[in-house]
Order: sequence, then structure tokens, then C-alpha cells
Amino acid sequence: MSSSLTLLVIAGLTALAFYLGRSRALSISHDLPARLHSLPRYYGYFVALWCGVPTLVLLMIWLVVQPIIVDGMVIGSLPAAQQQLPSDRLGLLLNDIHNIARGDAASARTPMLIAAAERYNSLLDLGNWLMACCALALAGAGLILSRNKVAPGLRARNTVERALTGVLILASLLAVLTTLGVVASLFFESLRFFEKVPFWDFLFGTEWSPQTALRDDQVGQSGSFGAIPIFAGTLLITSIAMAVAVPTGLFAAIYLSEFAKPKTRATIKPIMEILAGVPTVVYGFFAALTVAPLIRDAGVSLGLSVASESALAAGVVMGVMIIPFISSLSDDVIRAVPQSLREGAYGLGATKAETVRSVVIPAALPGIVGAVLLAVSRAIGETMIVVMAAGLAANLTANPFEAVTTVTVQIVTLLVGDQEFDSAKTLAAFALGLVLFCITLCLNIIALKFVQKYREKYE
Amino acid sequence: MNNDQPAISIADTVAKGLRRRRAAEIRLRIYGIAAISFVLMALVVLLGSIVSKGISAFQQTHIAVLVNFDREKIDPAGSGKIEDLRRGDYDGIARNSMRAAFPGVSGRRNRRALGKMISSGAGDQLREMVMANPNLIGTRQRVWLLASDEIDMLNKGYARRKPDGSATKVSRRQVAWYDALVVKGAVERHLNWRFLTGGDSREPEQAGVWAAVVGSALTMIITLMLAFPLGVAAAIYLQEFAPKNRWTDIIEVNINNLAAVPSIVFGLLGLTVILGFFGLPRSTPLVGGIVLALMTLPTVIIASRAALMSVPPSIREAARGLGASSSQVVFHHVLPLAMPGIMTGTIIGMARALGETAPLLMIGMVAFIVDVPSKFEDAATVLPVQIYLWADSPERGFVEKTAAATMILLVFLLAMNAAAILLRKKFERKW
Repeated sequence: MSSSLTLLVIAGLTALAFYLGRSRALSISHDLPARLHSLPRYYGYFVALWCGVPTLVLLMIWLVVQPIIVDGMVIGSLPAAQQQLPSDRLGLLLNDIHNIARGDAASARTPMLIAAAERYNSLLDLGNWLMACCALALAGAGLILSRNKVAPGLRARNTVERALTGVLILASLLAVLTTLGVVASLFFESLRFFEKVPFWDFLFGTEWSPQTALRDDQVGQSGSFGAIPIFAGTLLITSIAMAVAVPTGLFAAIYLSEFAKPKTRATIKPIMEILAGVPTVVYGFFAALTVAPLIRDAGVSLGLSVASESALAAGVVMGVMIIPFISSLSDDVIRAVPQSLREGAYGLGATKAETVRSVVIPAALPGIVGAVLLAVSRAIGETMIVVMAAGLAANLTANPFEAVTTVTVQIVTLLVGDQEFDSAKTLAAFALGLVLFCITLCLNIIALKFVQKYREKYE
Repeated sequence: MNNDQPAISIADTVAKGLRRRRAAEIRLRIYGIAAISFVLMALVVLLGSIVSKGISAFQQTHIAVLVNFDREKIDPAGSGKIEDLRRGDYDGIARNSMRAAFPGVSGRRNRRALGKMISSGAGDQLREMVMANPNLIGTRQRVWLLASDEIDMLNKGYARRKPDGSATKVSRRQVAWYDALVVKGAVERHLNWRFLTGGDSREPEQAGVWAAVVGSALTMIITLMLAFPLGVAAAIYLQEFAPKNRWTDIIEVNINNLAAVPSIVFGLLGLTVILGFFGLPRSTPLVGGIVLALMTLPTVIIASRAALMSVPPSIREAARGLGASSSQVVFHHVLPLAMPGIMTGTIIGMARALGETAPLLMIGMVAFIVDVPSKFEDAATVLPVQIYLWADSPERGFVEKTAAATMILLVFLLAMNAAAILLRKKFERKW
């Protein structure tokens, strides 16, 4: 019996359990539900919970443990010579057996493997049947036992609500688990990387050429992993983006919140938000196809040599992407500045512009700084624009007309395509990911602190 | 008593100062208007360049030729069985019909150049016609065959004609034949159904977005099924039940930070944990959906909390006064009232997930996939990744396909955002 069919049957049983529990509660109350501690449907939920939840837990554990046991038994049935293989070769062998068992192409098809695959399939079949039987038995037992417990004095609602709260807590822990997962996966893969490449060489080395050769005797087989050019490239593109986005976004926000008529504001704001909703891959396409040639042609006509994947093109387009982010965040903080401050300034004879410059902006400054920091963190982590419009070569340069590469570009190029999981080349991507995660995390925490301080001041 | 002199000079100074101050005021306004105009211009240029490049991809050039459905070539054994008909030499028939249109052409190289004017998919086109109607065998029909990518580019004006009579990627002879066909009225652009209903292809004229659209839909179903219930449950706990202590503070800070983690980091998480540790199949909507759900979760939680918070305490107190338990208060009264806000936040989060590319590159959704996926465990690609792949392709014909796929993606996103705005407008309540 397949696991999805088992799941379906369990779901059906659970629904049945609900009706049995409720009708039991109704019948023991002799049609006077007021005699029950809880509403009748809570008895239904109670029985359904006891029927469904333990069974689901069993199924989950079973599905995790079964493959391990089956693999162990299949390996145990192989000839002794194969059992002595080192663990990575054994893994490949096992992979072949799985592929044959599924009917896919395998690298080798020896009679031994085919026999093993058959054994694997029959064990899997047996395991699935066993699982279905155990699950059904457990579900049935849960149903009957909990149904027998239904009594007028049973506090069914409290039990059900406790279970519900448990589910809610689990859901909110998922966010923490995700963070832990991110940190753990980046950290452990990076540790493996730093076993091969010294930490300081990575962080302060000035040469980046991650190409490791396939064979040991090839020329230049040891890549060099100095990440300084990548950090410099990221910094260059981020600075260009900020040079575009900060003044534009800020002036737009000031105009919209202080000068524009409500009607203008109501039309302009949603239009600017369209820009924020455009996927980054579209910006990347735009940068590579429209902006980069434009900048190159303009540069050539001015007599400059401009790379076709110049940092300028990627930076400007990234800046355009970030404008709505900055303008809507600063618009919020500017509008949160109390009206009384403005009126005080007007009362002293200040013009609108003077009020903005010497009262509103200083008052909103922490919030604006927070917004800019969040924007910087987004620019650093932005991937598609730079993957499509920035270069791959790690040049250490501050010239915006040259091609530079960024952390995210390198992560993508190192990990897309064929991978061997333990080469320094793939692991380098995780080290870069760890750096990226740490930097953006720090920026976010600082930015949120700024915004929080600001909120406390005026709200 | 002559106090007029200084008074005038004060008035002068004030007037001068006023002029300066007014100029500063106007300057600030101009900066603001310039910034907004820049943004609007950027939007217009962005959308304009995509629409102007992509609109032509919805039509594809076809060449009309007289096709001889030769029984010898389709069914040499004469069995008439569908399987045998499927194996016929339709490419040969397509090539022959081009040669028949230009009987004067001789020599292998010229004939090959002539054959290259129609798409390599023209044979499949004829096969489908015969499969649909076997009575065609033995007849002669005028058929609009799919033109090759190069001819399509020439027809749409993207291939530049050179002074020597050739054009980009099209030889002089081919241009001459093409011009002759145009004079005969045998070149037309037809609606490109293949683009809307087909899968990816190495040939731009045969490439379609449907497989990617279905892949996106499957991925979004997984994302929605995970992110919506989990996000709402987490928001309910944090907003309604959680005691105020260090743990809930940590969870809260955590969620806020998770919302700002770069999306590519979620791809790395998917690569090591979901593919590596749990061993789920690569390149599938299942894994893509899980990764995007983890990415969208903070957005949904934050929006749901805001929606729950906006339900006034009086509702809760009234329910409590009638004897409802805490969870009855939340699930029977607060949650239904917060639902429109939660849905709006979810739709916006889903729109972001739909446009997301980077994490999906990490989990192998960049594979070249022709077939339309039908299950969550099928290898698939999604619309934004398809755009990325086509944008990377060197053929000129893929530029318009990329732009057209972008238009389709933007239409979906626009529809989702419009739905969110409508929802907000319709159910927005002032308490």
C-alpha cells in the first residue's frame, strides 16, 4: 500500500472519529447537551485528535527510519567484497541500486545490482505494508480508546485547545528553525571550506580564481580564494546604487509628504510601488539589454572605454529598483514626525523648505538612516540584476566603467551547474553566503534598532 | 531725524533674504519633482522597452508552400497504422515542398540553405496534421510552415539588411528567396500559439512558456499551502496567545530579521538542508515551493499580525463577556475579521515569491526542460527562471521571447496586486 493511500485512509478514519466522538457525546447526554462539560463537537475533535495525531507522528518517524533500515539490509545482502568498499563508493553503489529499482537509467547494470534492486523493491513493499498495518492499528486503537473515554465530565474543550496552542507554538517556532537551519548549513559548509583554505587567506586575499582543475596534474589546479576583489566589487555596485537611490528616493519622499497635494500623492505613490513589485529578473534583463548598451555607447561617444558589463549599468538599475523602497520607508517616517513640530517652525517664520531642512529631516533622521541601511542590505543581497548585468571576472578596481563581480554573482556561478559537494569551489559559495548573511544581518539589526528608537520618540 | 536710510536697507536685506529663501523653496520643490519624474521615466522606459521588444513574439512568421503528402515518404510499408504514420519522414516532405517552390535551385549547398529557411519544427507540424487527419496522405495542400528563426527575425525587421544583399544570419540567396516569397504573398505572421501552449526549445521559433507557467503554478500551490496556514498560525500565537517574555521577543526579532535576509541565502538553505539532508528531488516544484514558502513566511506573519492587531479589543471583550474561551474568541471572532488583511498580505507575499529567481537557481530549477510538468515531483522550471535562461541565450530570436515571457509574468503579478488592492478596498474597515 503506498504511503499516500495510507495517508488518505488515515484522513478518512480521522473524519469518522470526529463523527463517532460527537455522536457518542450526544448519546451519553441523552439529548441534553447542557449536561456535557464541552460542546458536543469538542468531543468529536477530541476523538479525532487521538485517532489522527499519534498515527501521523508514527508515519513521519516511519518514513524517516524505513529507508535507513532498508538500505542497511540491502547492503547486508551484498557480497562481502562490496560491503568492504569505502563509504563514498558504497553510496554510489546504493544510488545505482535505487535508480534500477525505480526503473531509471543507472551507470552500471550488473546481475548483482539488479538482484539487489529487486530485494530493495520487495523490502520497500514489505515496509510499506507493515507501515500501513501499524498505522491503521494505531489509528483504530486511538479511536476506540478515546471514544470510550468520552463522558459528560471529560474536559474535551480544554484538551483540544491545548493541542491547538501546541500547533500554533510549533508554527511560530518554524521561523526560528529556519534561521537555525540557515546558520547551521552556512556555518558547517564554511567550516569545511576553511579546512581547505585558511580563513585569513579567504578574507584578506586579493586574488580570486576559483577554477579548480579536474585532474591533480593539470596546470593551475589549485584555485585561489581571496575574496577582497569580490567584496570591493559588491561595495562598488552598492555605492552606485545608493548614489542613485538615496537622493532620488529621499527627494521624492519629501515632495510627496510635504509638498504634493493629496490627490497627486494618491496617484503617484501606487505608481512608484509598481516599480517595487517588478521582479528582479526583469530588472536584470532590462539592465543587460537596454541600459548596458546605452551606457557603453554613451561612453564610446565620449571617448571612454566602457566594459559591456560595466558596474555602472548594474548599479544604476539596482538603484532604480531600490528607489521605491527608500521613498516609501522615508515617507512613512517623515509623516510620523508630529505636526506640532512643523507648526512650531512655521510660527517662527520658517518657509516650508526651511522647516523641512532644519526641523523635519533632523527629527526623522534616525528613521531615514534605518531605511537607508535596510536598502544597503537589500542592495548587497540582490542577485539577479548583477548575475545578468555584472561581470564574472574578479577585478579589483574602483572604476565604474569596468566589469566587477559581486558576492551573489559568485555564489550563483559557483553553484549552478555540475557540483561536487566537497570541492573547495562549491564550498567557497557557502563561505561567501555566510559573509553575506552576517553582513546583511548586522545591517538589519542596526537598522531596526534605529527605527525602533525613532518610533519610541514620537509614537 | 533721518532714520529712513537704515530702514530701507533692512527692507532691502529682508527682500533679498526673502528672494533667497523663496529660491531655496522652489529649488527643493524642483528636486522633488525631478526625482519623481526620474522614477516615472524609469518605469515608462522599463515597461516600454519590454513591451516594444516583446510584442512581436506573439506572432511568428510562417511560409506558405504547396506540400505533397507523399505516401511513399509517410508510410512506405503501406500499413496505415498510426504508429507507422508517426515515424514518417516529415522533415523530408517539408524540405521537398520548399524545393518545389523554387524548382530552379540546384546544388547541395543551395538546397540546404533553402531548407534552412523553414524551422526544424516544420516536420513536426506536418506530422501533427497527418495524425489529426490521415486522409491528407496522398494529397497536395497549401500549408503555412513555421519559418526559421533567422527568417522570422528578417521578417520582423530585427535582422539588418546589408548593402551586399545579405542580412544578419541570412545569406544573400536566402534574402532573395525570401523576397520572392514575400512578392508571392507566401510570407505571413500568424498568432504564435506554440509560444503560449508549448514548452521550452533550443530553437527560438519553437520555444513556449506554457511549461514554465505550469511549473510556476505548481510551485505557488506548494508555497501557498505551506506559507499561509503556518504563517497565520504563527501570527495568531505571537499576537494573541504568546506571553510577553524573552522567548517570544527572540522569535519576534528573528522573524523581522528573516524578512530581510537575502533570498539567495534561502536557496543555499534549500540546497544543503532540503536537497542534501532530507534528500528531496532536485529541480522540482515541491522543493522550489518549500524554499519560497520559507522565504515568504515572515512576510505573511508580519502582515497577519498587523491585521490581527487592527481588530479592536472591544470585539474580544464582547466575545469574552458572552463566555467564549480564548481560542473561541480568536477563531470565531478575531480571525474572520482580520481575514481580508491577512489575505492581502498573503497575496503580496505570493506575488514576491512568483517573481523570485535566485533561490530557485540554487536548487537546480535551471535545467533545460521541454515537457510540461504534471506532478509536484516532476522536474520543472518557473517563469522567472525561464526568463533568465532565455535572456542568457545567444540567439537573437530569444530576445523577443524573453521580453514576451516578461510581459506574461508582469501580467500575472499585476493581476495579483490588483486583487490585493481590491480586497483591501472592499473589506477595509474603519473601527
